[in-house]
Amino acid sequence: MPAATLDPHLKRDRVAGHEEFPVELKERLIGKVMDDPRFPEYLYGCYECGICVAACPSARFYDFSPRRIAQAASRRDVELMFQQMQEDIWECSQCFSCLRCPRGNNPGGVVTIMREVAVKEGLHTAKEALAGYSRIIYKIMSTGTQVSPDMLQPDAFPDWGPEVKDVSENLDLWRRMLPPETLHTTATGWKVADRTLVELYVIWLETGALDMIAQVDKGIHMILEELMEEKLEEEGIEV
Amino acid sequence: MSDTAVSVILSKKKQFDREPDRRSTDFHDKLFQLEAEGELVVQRITGEFVEVPTKYGIAKKVQKANLWHHKSCGQCGHIPGYSTSIFWIMRKLGYGYHDPEDQTSCTAWNYYASATSNQAAQAAVALRNFAAAYETGYFPLIHCGTSYGHYKEVRSELLHDGALREQVRKVLAKLGKEMVIPEEIVHYSEWLYAVRNEIKERMVYDFSDIAVTVHPACHYYKLVEGDAIYDPDVYHGQRTAAVSGLVQSMGADLRSYSTFFDCCGFGFRHILVQRDFTRSFSTLRKIEVMKAEADPDVVLTHDTGCVTALDKSQFAARAHERNVGIPVMSEAQFAALAMGAHPFKVCQLHWHSTNYRPLLEKMGIDWQKAWHEFEEDAKRLERGEQEFLTWADVDA
Repeated sequence: MPAATLDPHLKRDRVAGHEEFPVELKERLIGKVMDDPRFPEYLYGCYECGICVAACPSARFYDFSPRRIAQAASRRDVELMFQQMQEDIWECSQCFSCLRCPRGNNPGGVVTIMREVAVKEGLHTAKEALAGYSRIIYKIMSTGTQVSPDMLQPDAFPDWGPEVKDVSENLDLWRRMLPPETLHTTATGWKVADRTLVELYVIWLETGALDMIAQVDKGIHMILEELMEEKLEEEGIEV
Repeated sequence: MSDTAVSVILSKKKQFDREPDRRSTDFHDKLFQLEAEGELVVQRITGEFVEVPTKYGIAKKVQKANLWHHKSCGQCGHIPGYSTSIFWIMRKLGYGYHDPEDQTSCTAWNYYASATSNQAAQAAVALRNFAAAYETGYFPLIHCGTSYGHYKEVRSELLHDGALREQVRKVLAKLGKEMVIPEEIVHYSEWLYAVRNEIKERMVYDFSDIAVTVHPACHYYKLVEGDAIYDPDVYHGQRTAAVSGLVQSMGADLRSYSTFFDCCGFGFRHILVQRDFTRSFSTLRKIEVMKAEADPDVVLTHDTGCVTALDKSQFAARAHERNVGIPVMSEAQFAALAMGAHPFKVCQLHWHSTNYRPLLEKMGIDWQKAWHEFEEDAKRLERGEQEFLTWADVDA
């Protein structure tokens, strides 16, 4: 496919920085995006009206455009889509304001699929985008709740004001003062039953979700795998 | 509603009718068809329910009692007064509920942040929770806007993709669970809308002087939009009536602003590892615009991420001398305060960042006395006289 590199609105020359990747690889990854069963539901062609850009929060603060996502996917522009997988997709806020599209396009949904492929394929830029995020992955996959009260530490959230320190210092006491019995926890959002956790582990293992973690952070993957196998063995469940 | 430029534009149309080609189809036909074919079980609405209007005129049933609280990890984790207020209102109105331990997060915050999951895993997590609710006989009520939006996406994918159903069915079989989809996926703010007149009857404070702006959660009304509540009597049916409908019924001073449709800037990944974006968007496109155009006493919203982004972003913005400083809370906390809930024991406002004390004073609530009461309870727990505070303590 000839590369139309003269478009002045591109972040930079569409293949600049990505020449080292063979076109076969690019074709394969974009093929995976388009083979996703959700893809046909997310794209119906683009008027180029720009309503999605007007609605998009990321477009205001990044050089990001949901219209470009929709257009590149509509014309199966492999080079541009590959560039977007490397540079654009992690800027999207995933708010789905772009669903305001008069054609019914879902550029945010296309981004979700592109991200999934980027993670599964272990793209370096996906790892970079998720640097510092591994502890969240560990928390959600191992405990079944994403944000735990004990994550509220002043050094992690210095920009959230002095109340974070108050919460952190009084955490155990203030959690015990919550009237719902399920909320007395500090390491999880609420009390999750052991059996429920085991069921969640079965889901991660059976659907290949755990395998995806290996592409992002091998260390976290190893810890999670050991934890889950041990729990499943205790419960006598084979996966 | 105040006479701003936005409200003038809104009032030009008595009622906003959407073009037929923009209307989404009613998912119930496919749902009941698959049930009839034995592919899945539909958990039906039981007991007393309220029919609420949605975007394209399809009535949605909201069950009033015996609800299974699908909690939110962010609310429970760092805005606990959000969840506690929902429970408290339900108790005050006399509706039974179940607060399960057999519930996981929907994991959608992680999915939209990192994509370290996939379609089948997300659907299996949703259906495991739905099956857990079904087994108890209680009907699921979803606390989080993202869980609600994501579950509607999952429902749509499952209804139209037989291969995905088969994949998820096999996973559920390993867990000994049936494939269950509830008749309606209901957000707690829809329940509050459904019982808004009962809340109004139990108000102990007059909030007519309290100026409110509402931020609607993107994942509530943009994802699978047809389910969201739209009411001709609220913004003339042009904007979702969730939250605003309740505020209007409570008699508070609901004010409009021009960036109503904008998101809060949460960003899922950004709020955790790239918060400069969140802070910028939240304050420049939402808080400052609200302040300039509507000058509210409080911002109300109905989702975990929105309360977080809008509240927490204001601290750093103050250092840049931006025009910020509006307290943020859920409409559940706002309604609970109006009904006489304790601002700290129930609404847990000490977990919030932006100064809420002037608001409480304007509401007529003595926050200093309330904080003293909270501290007295804390001392009792510290002395070991009691391990936990209970609902009985809170209502005392």
